[in-house]
Amino acid sequence: MIMVEGLDVTFGHGPSAVHAVKNASFTVAPGEAFGIVGESGSGKSTVLRALAGLNPAWTGSIVVAGEAQPPHRRRAFFKQVQMVFQDPYGSLHPRHTVDRILSEPVAIHGLGQSDRRIERALLEVGLGPAFRFRYPHQLSGGQRQRVAIARALILEPRILLLDEPTSALDVSVQAEVLNLLVRLRRERALTYVLVTHNLSVIAHMCGRLAVMNAGRIVEEMTVAQLRAATPREAYTRQLLRASLGYDRRAADQFETYD
Amino acid sequence: MAASGDPLLTVEDLWVRFPGRTRVVEAVRGISFAVGREKLGIVGESGSGKSVTGRSILRLIQPPGQVTARRLMFDGIDLARIDEAAMRDIRGRRISMVLQDPKFSLNPVMTVGRQIAEAYLIHHKAEPAEARRRALDMLAAVRIRNPERVFDLYPHEVSGGMGQRIMMAMMLIPDPDLMIADEPTSALDVTVQMQVLAILDDLVSKRGMGLIFISHDLNLVASFCDRVLIMYAGRIVEVCQAARLREARHPYTVGLLRSLPRIDEPVDELQVLQRDPAWLDAPAP
Amino acid sequence: MSASASSRPGSRAWLLAETPHSRTQARLGQAYVRWLHFLRNPLAMIGLAIVVALIVIAALAPYLTSHSPFAQDLGNRLQAPSAEHILGTDELGRDVYARLLHGARITLLIVGLVAIIVGPIGLLVGTVAGYLGGWFDTVLMRITDVFLAFPRLILALAFVAALGPGIQNAIIAIAITAWPPYARIARAETLTIRNSDFISAIRLQGAGPLRIILGHVVPLCLSSLIIRITLDMAGIILTAAGLGFLGLGAQPPMPEWGAMISSGRKFLIDHWWVATIPGVAICIVSLGFNLLGDGLRDVLDPKGK
Repeated sequence: MIMVEGLDVTFGHGPSAVHAVKNASFTVAPGEAFGIVGESGSGKSTVLRALAGLNPAWTGSIVVAGEAQPPHRRRAFFKQVQMVFQDPYGSLHPRHTVDRILSEPVAIHGLGQSDRRIERALLEVGLGPAFRFRYPHQLSGGQRQRVAIARALILEPRILLLDEPTSALDVSVQAEVLNLLVRLRRERALTYVLVTHNLSVIAHMCGRLAVMNAGRIVEEMTVAQLRAATPREAYTRQLLRASLGYDRRAADQFETYD
Repeated sequence: MAASGDPLLTVEDLWVRFPGRTRVVEAVRGISFAVGREKLGIVGESGSGKSVTGRSILRLIQPPGQVTARRLMFDGIDLARIDEAAMRDIRGRRISMVLQDPKFSLNPVMTVGRQIAEAYLIHHKAEPAEARRRALDMLAAVRIRNPERVFDLYPHEVSGGMGQRIMMAMMLIPDPDLMIADEPTSALDVTVQMQVLAILDDLVSKRGMGLIFISHDLNLVASFCDRVLIMYAGRIVEVCQAARLREARHPYTVGLLRSLPRIDEPVDELQVLQRDPAWLDAPAP
Repeated sequence: MSASASSRPGSRAWLLAETPHSRTQARLGQAYVRWLHFLRNPLAMIGLAIVVALIVIAALAPYLTSHSPFAQDLGNRLQAPSAEHILGTDELGRDVYARLLHGARITLLIVGLVAIIVGPIGLLVGTVAGYLGGWFDTVLMRITDVFLAFPRLILALAFVAALGPGIQNAIIAIAITAWPPYARIARAETLTIRNSDFISAIRLQGAGPLRIILGHVVPLCLSSLIIRITLDMAGIILTAAGLGFLGLGAQPPMPEWGAMISSGRKFLIDHWWVATIPGVAICIVSLGFNLLGDGLRDVLDPKGK
């Protein structure tokens, strides 16, 4: 479904240029949930944004559904691939109602039957029609994230890119949103690429994952390997150790990997 | 209270109210607790009143917010009764506070070293050279490898983890008895988070400082703190030893723990917390 | 504030409904909440009252006085305020009160036209430059800088001198000199909006630049622009009055306030009302727009909440 080969992303020019992603390659099968985990600055979100077509300054090859993608995507691409962002407060236009947010993609792609589609999308993400004419500031963080998911689903894409979809939410709300995402993937046979710093979220959602550090994919493994705590790379072992909770002795052994 | 000894701070019946346009929002509703020379965790979701509790101890709640308490005893001083000048003397020197994002707490146009030295000079009469030496010592104490170099950096030139350590150095240089840390590591990467926590841990165990650690992260608090208060809707619903958080009994705590995805215990569907209105008025444990 | 109480309780509940049932209800509800917020600011209400009063006076000018603003009566030159001429007469025996009322029309015409011309130009230049970036940005902003480099009144004077004196030319000159700051504001706002997630999201829906600028960027820049224009109204009135005073704006016998001050200043010592009364009017109207702008800032600025 997705094939990324030798992806390189550089921001800026000359001496101040930042090489954010270095030679990243991975494939995601149809219907698979693939996780990318890493710390801040590891380049994980940059990979996702390049995949989504939000950042045209990359080299390498990105193939989605058998089609090589140019830096600037055609409109049809967005009917296949949609994205959910991290910050539910920043990803909805503050002056638009839920109705306007959801009707816009329908209008752009000329799908018609706007009312029916919006009502169905809202029901599917667990928000009733009562939410249709509210403004984002009248919604809680979890409700906003559901609206963002509804917006992504209204074009009926086959691939959903998830950029830290629950890291801004409370744990109890996170559980609801993760359950929703799991259910939607099952019902619609969606392909997920999930980017997060939280290993337990990846373990819950995904089958396979890539670990990124300093712009490189250092290791690819299955979630079963992660659960068995048998990563190959020292960096991944350290990440896993830190994710399990505080340990005074382990803290002294942490190293910086570049 | 295992290794805590005498309480450093005793809070009795603390209320924080914010009058709104239509009604008064009660952010904290009559909570009582004590902190000794230990690591006390306060856990809760957003809106539970945990941050407001931390700020109200230092009387940092801005009007129209109102703080009332029967007693806020800190080392024989009732913080609820003293005037603002006396409070300023306690703030920073005896009780200090570390916030989530160091970027907002550091002055962007002053080198970090000068800010730390300044923090020392506010509370101590000393020569500038002495303050500089103390600041360098402090940077070393929070495990900054090259204090001399970092001393002359500006806040925008340091990373998030380094910024948080600098913040801590600034808060620690007056040698406070109690530190209130409000989500001090939430903006940091997990490995950096561990290193920052280790610094706090050592301060408590070596200097005998008291620490109030406010966080939304149950796992972190359970593994880091000695004791945990769980807050819900402005009340403390449960108090327990951190190591035994998994044996918690209050349905809210249990629900929160079960809603967390875990690496070692896979589940098909996460449990969703069902909130019971009765929790709002339940008596304190 | 009784204005809110006068609406029926049913419609109030409809407007404040947590779950609106239609687009219109949601939009009106939002506006109503803003209005309630605005009502709580007494200074803003004074500003609004002054501006509304200006509009009413301008509309009803012929009905508020029996005198003509143009009728000369040389026998009654420079009369002090009296029952017959409540604000006195000027050097040609014209009724100052009538001229003041009709002058409100000219003032309103100037500020209205300038706002209508300046707002869209500034908004368009700023948002296009900010959103598209690159060459568009460089070229549009350098043009803006050229205009910004001259003091406004001097530039307006140059334009009027080139176009010839008159009220239309004064409006055009003011508009030409007034738009660059708005383009700057709109561009700065656009730059902060451009990289936000909701713009990324709409790009991922396949929207083109035109739809994004008009539907997503402009609505967010609009409020700060409205605030700024309202606050600048006072400056625009003063510029127009300044041009009138220098004889380059409205031409005699038009009762433009600036021109009235200009002709009245010769008699200021002995016949103070001729120049002072239009001066007071300019002062009050400028103040009104300023207060209104400040109030709007509290209501419209999304960052303020």
